[in-house]
Amino acid sequence: MQDTQGISVAVLGSGGAGALTVGNLLLEAACEVGWQGLLTRTVGPQIRGGEAAALLRLTSGRVECMPDRFDLLIGIDWLNAHRFGAEIEVGPHSLVISDPRGGELPPIVAESSARIVKIPMKDLAKAIPDGRPNMIALGIAGRLLGFGLERLLALIEKRLSGKGDDAVRSSQAGIRAGFEAVASLELGRPLGSVEPPTTKRWLISGNDATALGALRGGIRFAAGYPITPATEILESLAPSLAKVGGALLQAEDELAAVNMIIGASFGGTPSLTATSGPGLSLMVEALGLATAAEIPLVVVDVMRGGPSTGIPTKSEQSDLNIAIYGLHGDAPHLVVAPQSVADCLFTTQWATYLAEALQVPAIVLSDQFVGQTQAVIERPADVAFIGQRAKATDIAGAYKRYALAANGVSPMALPGTPGAQYTADGLTHTERGTPTSTAADHLAQLDKRRDKLDRFNYGDHWATIEGSGDIAVVTWGSLTGAVREAIGRATQDGIATTLIAPRLLYPVRPEQFAAALEGKKRALVVEQSHGAQFHRYLRAHYDLPGEVRVLNRPGPLPIRPEEIHRALLEWRK
Amino acid sequence: MSTLDMRAACKPADYKSDVKPIWCPGCGDYHVLMSFTRAFAELGLPPEEIVVVSGIGCSSRIPAYTNCYGFHGVHGRSLALAAGLKVARPDLTIVVASGDGDGYSIGGNHFLHACRRNIDMTYIVMDNRVYGMTKGQPSPTTEPSFDSALSPGGTGLSPFHPLVIALASGANFIARCFSGQPNETATVIAEAIRHPGFSFVEILSPCVTFRPDEKDWKDIVHAAPVPATNDPAKAARRIMTDDGFNLGILYRGDRKPYQPTAKANIDLAELEREFEL
Amino acid sequence: MSKASDLPKITSVADLFAVAYQIEADAVERYELLAEQMETHNNTELVKIFRDLARAEALHRDEIRRMAGDIDLVEHARRIAKWKRGESPEEADLGAAHYMMTPWHALQLALAAEQRALDFFASVVKTAPNAEIKKMADEFVEEEAEHVNLVQRLLQRYPKPSSSWSDDLDPPTSQE
Ligand SMILES: Cc1ncc(C[n+]2csc(CCOP(=O)(O)OP(=O)(O)O)c2C)c(N)n1
Ligand code: SF4
Repeated sequence: MQDTQGISVAVLGSGGAGALTVGNLLLEAACEVGWQGLLTRTVGPQIRGGEAAALLRLTSGRVECMPDRFDLLIGIDWLNAHRFGAEIEVGPHSLVISDPRGGELPPIVAESSARIVKIPMKDLAKAIPDGRPNMIALGIAGRLLGFGLERLLALIEKRLSGKGDDAVRSSQAGIRAGFEAVASLELGRPLGSVEPPTTKRWLISGNDATALGALRGGIRFAAGYPITPATEILESLAPSLAKVGGALLQAEDELAAVNMIIGASFGGTPSLTATSGPGLSLMVEALGLATAAEIPLVVVDVMRGGPSTGIPTKSEQSDLNIAIYGLHGDAPHLVVAPQSVADCLFTTQWATYLAEALQVPAIVLSDQFVGQTQAVIERPADVAFIGQRAKATDIAGAYKRYALAANGVSPMALPGTPGAQYTADGLTHTERGTPTSTAADHLAQLDKRRDKLDRFNYGDHWATIEGSGDIAVVTWGSLTGAVREAIGRATQDGIATTLIAPRLLYPVRPEQFAAALEGKKRALVVEQSHGAQFHRYLRAHYDLPGEVRVLNRPGPLPIRPEEIHRALLEWRK
Repeated sequence: MSTLDMRAACKPADYKSDVKPIWCPGCGDYHVLMSFTRAFAELGLPPEEIVVVSGIGCSSRIPAYTNCYGFHGVHGRSLALAAGLKVARPDLTIVVASGDGDGYSIGGNHFLHACRRNIDMTYIVMDNRVYGMTKGQPSPTTEPSFDSALSPGGTGLSPFHPLVIALASGANFIARCFSGQPNETATVIAEAIRHPGFSFVEILSPCVTFRPDEKDWKDIVHAAPVPATNDPAKAARRIMTDDGFNLGILYRGDRKPYQPTAKANIDLAELEREFEL
Repeated sequence: MSKASDLPKITSVADLFAVAYQIEADAVERYELLAEQMETHNNTELVKIFRDLARAEALHRDEIRRMAGDIDLVEHARRIAKWKRGESPEEADLGAAHYMMTPWHALQLALAAEQRALDFFASVVKTAPNAEIKKMADEFVEEEAEHVNLVQRLLQRYPKPSSSWSDDLDPPTSQE
C-alpha cells in the first residue's frame, strides 16, 4: 500500500523564498530515477513575493491526485500560511521542519500531532555568500527523501548553468548545509526503491497537455484573451502553432476571441480558444451562433473558483451548468471533461475530432488543478482521432449547406469552392441557408442539430467505467483520480465499488449510463461544487439507483481520497 | 474559367444572389448593395473568393444578397470573425459590412482593434445614424436632439466621429461615401479593397423609415475638394474639421498589413520532445 | 452634378448605340428591382406598374439592338457605357421609393427618368463630333421626348394623391 501512496512533500515560503523552485527540483530528481509524480502549487493573491507552497507527491505508479496529508512539510517561513488553511494537512506520522525565525506555526500545523523539528534555514543561508534558504530546504528534503548529495548538486548545476559559477557554488553550499542539518533525522515513511523507467517519460502540465492534444487533433488556429488559469494553454500554442504552420491571435476580449475562431473555422481551419469562467460567460452568445451556423470549434474552460472573479488561482467544478445550459435557445453542443493531467491531451484531441466530425462547438471543462499541475507521465499513446469535417467539393446543382442529411451532418463548402456560395447564418434558415421563420423550417433544423449529436457513436471513450461492485461512485473531471484511489482502498476493505466518470457530459447518453448502473444498489456522487451541479445534472438526465449520497464541496479545498473512502466505509455500517 | 477570363466576363449581376432584400423601399442600403456588386465586377474577382461578413442590423443583412460566400454573425462582432477568417485564409478577399449601431456601439471595441491590427480587409459601415432594425433608437453617430421613444427629448449626447477614431487607431485607408452615388461609391470600395491593410469606408446611407430627414443628404453631400493624403496629421485636421458630408478618399496610409505567415517547419513529434525527461 | 468628362465618350455611331442600349437596359433593371421591392412589401398595384414600365423599356432596348445591326452591343456597351459619377440617366430614383407609393409616384419617377434621358441625348447632339452621330442622337432625343409625353399623358389618369397617402396606422415591427 505504501508504494502506491508514495511520499508527499510540501514546501512553504513567502516573499520570493523560492519554495516552488524546490518543488520543481525535487520532482526532477525523483523522476530521473524512476518515480512518477505530481506537483501543484498553491499561492497567495500577490503577483510577486506572495506566500506560496509547492505540493509534491511521488509514487511508483500512475498518480492523479494529491494525498490526504503530507509526510514532510518544510516551512521556510509561515507568513500568511493560514491562507492555505486545510489545503496542506499534516498528521501524526508527518515531519514538519520549521525555521525558528520563520514566524508562528499556523494552527493547523501547531494543533496537529506532527513531529516538529526546528532548523534555522535562514541563518544557515546567511552564513553562505549569496546563500538562499530554499537551497537549504532542498538539501533537507533531498536527504530525507533519500537522494544522494551528488544527484542534488548535479541537478542545481544543470538548472543554474546560465547564471555563472558563483551562483552554482553558493547554491551547492546551501544544499550541502541543508543535507548536513538533517544527518540524524529520518522520515517516518521513507521513499522506497523504484525500477528505473524503461521508456522516456514526460513532465508536463495539464495546460500544456491540452495544447498538445489540440495540435494532435488538428487545431491550426487559436485566439484568446489572457485569463488565469488558462493562459498557459495560449502561451503554449502561440509558438507551437507558428512552428506547425498555424497562427494565434491575441484578441481584444473573449467576445473577439470566440468570433475569431468562428471565422477561422468557417474558412476551414480547425480552431480553438481557451479561457476560464468569466471568459466563457462572454463567449456564450457566439457559441449559440456556432451551434446554429454549424461551425466546429473547441473552447477550453479551465475552471476556477467562481462566480465572478472568485478565486482565480484555485480549482472548482462549478462551470458545469453554464457549459451545458448556458446557451440561449435549444442549442445542442458537446461538453467533455478531462480526468487527469495526461487525459487533458486525449480529451482535447478527442474534442477536436468530435467538433469537426459533428460541425459543432465543443466545450472542454478542464480545471485549475489538472491545468496547472505538473505530472510525470508515460508518453500518451498516439490515437487516431484527427479532426476531419465532411466537405462539399464537387458541387452539382444548387448547394444546400444545411441539407437534412440522414446523420444530420451536411457537407460544408469552404470559401473558394466555386458554385457553392452560401451565407452562414445565425437566423433560423432553410437547407440553403436562407433566413426563414416558418415552424416547419425551424423544427427541421433543430431536429437536424439534435440528431447529429444523438446518433453519433462516441465509443467507449464517453466514460471511464472501472470495477464491478454494487456501489457506484459517480464523479467527473479532475476528481476521477481521487475517486479511483479511494475505490482502491475500499476494495482492500472488501467493499466492491464501481467507478463511473463520464468524459462526455453533453449530449447525455441515457442508454449507456443505464447499462453502467445496471445492478447497482447505491450511488455516491462526488463533485467539487457548492450547488451540487453534477448531482442535479445526473438527476435531470439519468435514473440513479435507490440510495444516493452526495459528497460535494466548493473549492479551494480539494476532496481527498480519504473522505471518499470514509463515505464508502460509512455505507458498510 | 481562369481568373483572366473571369475578369473580362464579370458583370455586377454575377455578384447578386436570388434572395430578395427585406429592406424598406427607398433605403440607402439598396444602393450600397449595388455598389458592392459593381465594385466586385470592376475588380473581376471570382465571387467564391470573396467573403462578406456582417453582424446584425438592416445593413448587416447584405451578405446573403450577394452571390459571394457570406457570414451573418452576431451583433457587433463581424470584425473579429473576419480577422480570424483572414488570418486562417489569406487567399480570400474579405469585406465586412456593418451599421452604425453594430459597428460603433456594440462593436466599438473591435473597431479600434481592427484598425490597430491592420489586417488586409475592407470595412464598410452603412451609417444611417439610427438603429433601423430595432425601430429607431439613437446610435453613437446620432445628433443630440434626436427624439425617440428611448430618448425622449433627445439624447443630449454628442455623436462620435468614426473617421477620426479610425485614423487615430491606425486604419490604413479612410473614405466617406454617400449611398445615393452608387457608382462613385463602387469606385471607392474597389480602391479600398485594392489598398493593402485595413480599409474603412463610411457610407452615409439614409434610413427612410426612421430618419426621413436623411432624404435631404443628397443635396448636402459634396465631393472632397482635394485628393487623399498619406500624412496622418493632415488627414486628422481635414477629417476633424470637415462638415461630415465631405465625400471621397480622405486618407491612404502605407502601414504594412499584419498577416502571420508561418510555414510549418517541424512536425509534432519534435514539439513533443520538449516534454521528454 | 456630373461633369462632361465623367460621361461615356461617344466617338462613333457604334458608341452611341452602345450607350443608348445600356441606358435602356439599366432602366429595365431598375424597374424590375422596384417591382421586386413592391412585391416584398405587398404593394401589388405598384408591382404591376413597375413591371409594365420595365416591359416598355425592354422593348425599347431590343429595338435599339435591332437598329444596331451587326454590332455586338452588349459587349461594346460593357466596355464604354460607364458612368463614373451619377447614375445611368434613365434609372428611376431608388431613394424616392416608398412601400406605400401610388401610381402617381411611380409615374413621377418615370417622368424624371425619361427627362434625364432626353437631356442626356440632347447633350450628345450638342457635342457630337460628326453629322452621322448628331443625326442618330437627334432620333434618340425625339424618341425620349415622345416617352416624356406618354408619361405625362398617363399621369392625367392618376391625380396627385392626398397628403395622407403614406399614413400607416400600424407601428413598424422591430426585428432581430
Ligand atoms: C446582443 C444583441 N443585442 C441587441 C440586439 C438587437 N439589435 C439588432 S440590430 C440592432 C441595432 C442595429 O443598428 P445598426 O447597426 O445601426 O443597423 P441598421 O439596422 O440601422 O442598419 C440591435 C440593437 C441583438 N440582435 N443582439
Ligand atoms: S428601417 Fe431604415 S435602415 Fe432598415 S431597411 Fe428600413 S430604411 Fe433601411
